[in-house]
Amino acid sequence: MKIVVCIKQVPDTKGGVKFNPDGTLDRGAMLTIMNPDDKAGLEAALRLKDEVGAEVTVLTMGLPKADEVLREAMAMGADNGILVTDRVLGGADTWATSTTLAGALRNIDYDLIITGRQAIDGDTAQVGPQISEHLDIPVISYAKAIKVEGDSVIVERQYDDGYHVVKAKMPCLVTALSELNEPRYMTPGGIFDAFEKEVTVWGRADLKDVDDSNLGLAGSPTKIAKASDKVRKGAGEKVALEADEAVTYIMDKLKEKHVI
Amino acid sequence: MGLEEYKGVYVFAQQVDNELSGIAFELLGKAKELAKDLNTDVTAMLLGSDVKGLVDQLAEYGADKVIVVDDPELKNYRTEPYAHAVASIINEYKPEIVLVGATAIGRDLGPRVSARVATGLTADCTVLEIGDFPINPIPGKEQKHNQLLMTRPAFGGNTIATIACPDNRPQMATVRPGVMQKIDPIAGAKAEVIEYNPGFTPNNKYVEILDIVKEVSDTVDIMEAKILVSGGRGVGSAENFKMLQDLADVIGGTVSCSRAVVDNGWMPKELQVGQTGKTVRPNVYFAIGISGAIQHTAGMEESDIIIAINKDETAPIFDVADYGIVGDLNKIVPKLTEALKAVVK
Repeated sequence: MKIVVCIKQVPDTKGGVKFNPDGTLDRGAMLTIMNPDDKAGLEAALRLKDEVGAEVTVLTMGLPKADEVLREAMAMGADNGILVTDRVLGGADTWATSTTLAGALRNIDYDLIITGRQAIDGDTAQVGPQISEHLDIPVISYAKAIKVEGDSVIVERQYDDGYHVVKAKMPCLVTALSELNEPRYMTPGGIFDAFEKEVTVWGRADLKDVDDSNLGLAGSPTKIAKASDKVRKGAGEKVALEADEAVTYIMDKLKEKHVI
Repeated sequence: MGLEEYKGVYVFAQQVDNELSGIAFELLGKAKELAKDLNTDVTAMLLGSDVKGLVDQLAEYGADKVIVVDDPELKNYRTEPYAHAVASIINEYKPEIVLVGATAIGRDLGPRVSARVATGLTADCTVLEIGDFPINPIPGKEQKHNQLLMTRPAFGGNTIATIACPDNRPQMATVRPGVMQKIDPIAGAKAEVIEYNPGFTPNNKYVEILDIVKEVSDTVDIMEAKILVSGGRGVGSAENFKMLQDLADVIGGTVSCSRAVVDNGWMPKELQVGQTGKTVRPNVYFAIGISGAIQHTAGMEESDIIIAINKDETAPIFDVADYGIVGDLNKIVPKLTEALKAVVK
């Protein structure tokens, strides 16, 4: 079986958020990580590799630096890494990102494509389902368990009020929740091997059946009208008080605001 | 065909088990405002099996028209038949705006549909308004009017971006539940009903549902609560949440929590407030032992009154709190409960 896992290098927004003195995000100072949902998707693929045997390819689109997440994935056990990088692909929204990745995937043999549900920088959850549409294959989003049975994949698909057990014939795309599993660590041998291995690098010319008008900033239907670092609500009062005084203080405020 | 031929604001009226989801009414409330600005009307897209009985409810919450796609293939949500139905409606009726809830259903349906009809989709919007794009005129560039301006948080809530979709139609957005206001229902309101069926031919993309597992939760919906007593890592243990529950009980509130609490297994995920949890806007939000990482405050800073108790005076929660108390929650909370007992009867 051949599995392709789409992964993304993202700024670590969890805890590692740094601000400039003027209150804007200091992106340069933020560490990058493999997107958590993608990492769970990779782990799911590696478990299928362990259990039923599979060739696992990791695919990413990004700056040349995104090579790092491919090597991390290979150090965890992925067999091949493909980096799609090209100046003309920059500034892509989810539509243009998904057309790009679909263009790369048309060059690869796959039975199963796994993406993370969403990336922590954009939080859109769109790219996985959009890729599936471009490739005309079924999608099962929000997977909390994945298994393979014959030529089908069986997924526990999370909803707000429970889950469905869903079966789809492969080829199929599944988007993974980070709750899916606990990703393994890189092994020392794996790290060594990963840096010996070649990462395949593709540019615009390597994408199959994609029109220029669907790529990069120019090919993105959504346009940013305005972006700003979040203006936080102004701080109110702050007082340091012993318990009894604190209680009196809170009670006064609740009365003042007619809560009690 | 020209973009100006696309007319009307359409809403995906999500139903599960033939019961309309709250987000359907919230979207109708917002759609009504947008339609007023655009001098057009609001259409609800109702998909399911035996769902015609839900039409009047949609009318009462603001739908001028309801397009009903009633087919056994739509009994339970599956991506392909639902995407086929919505994409077919878009191709047939050409709406200028399509709103979908950013739910576990909508966040799957929205992208699949947007890719099929080749338009943009803005995810998890928190503000929607009609305006110009570019917002300020740029010499030599056409400024388009009556555009849907879609505002959403990104980078884990650290930044906000306003996005337009000027050259493609429809303009599509998924909308975060709990943010838009539904209207007070208009009793007896009626909508024009259009029955439409694009035909459903199962193919490889029709997945098979083997089992449906409902996880019945006895927890209350924190998005509906008027008063939330919310605890963070600083509460210290699952047992200590009893203290917060006592406070909530006496003041008629509900207990909620931060992500750290869920990660520690002290409280269930349904009670989590924040970027990866729920967005809440109660009248009073007690933030107890919550440091106030931006992922948390993104989900609660619209609360009317925020009261924070934390022993760390540098905790960022104090940047959003109306009333911040630097102190020991273990002493303050039980005493506050006692004090409230004396006055709230």
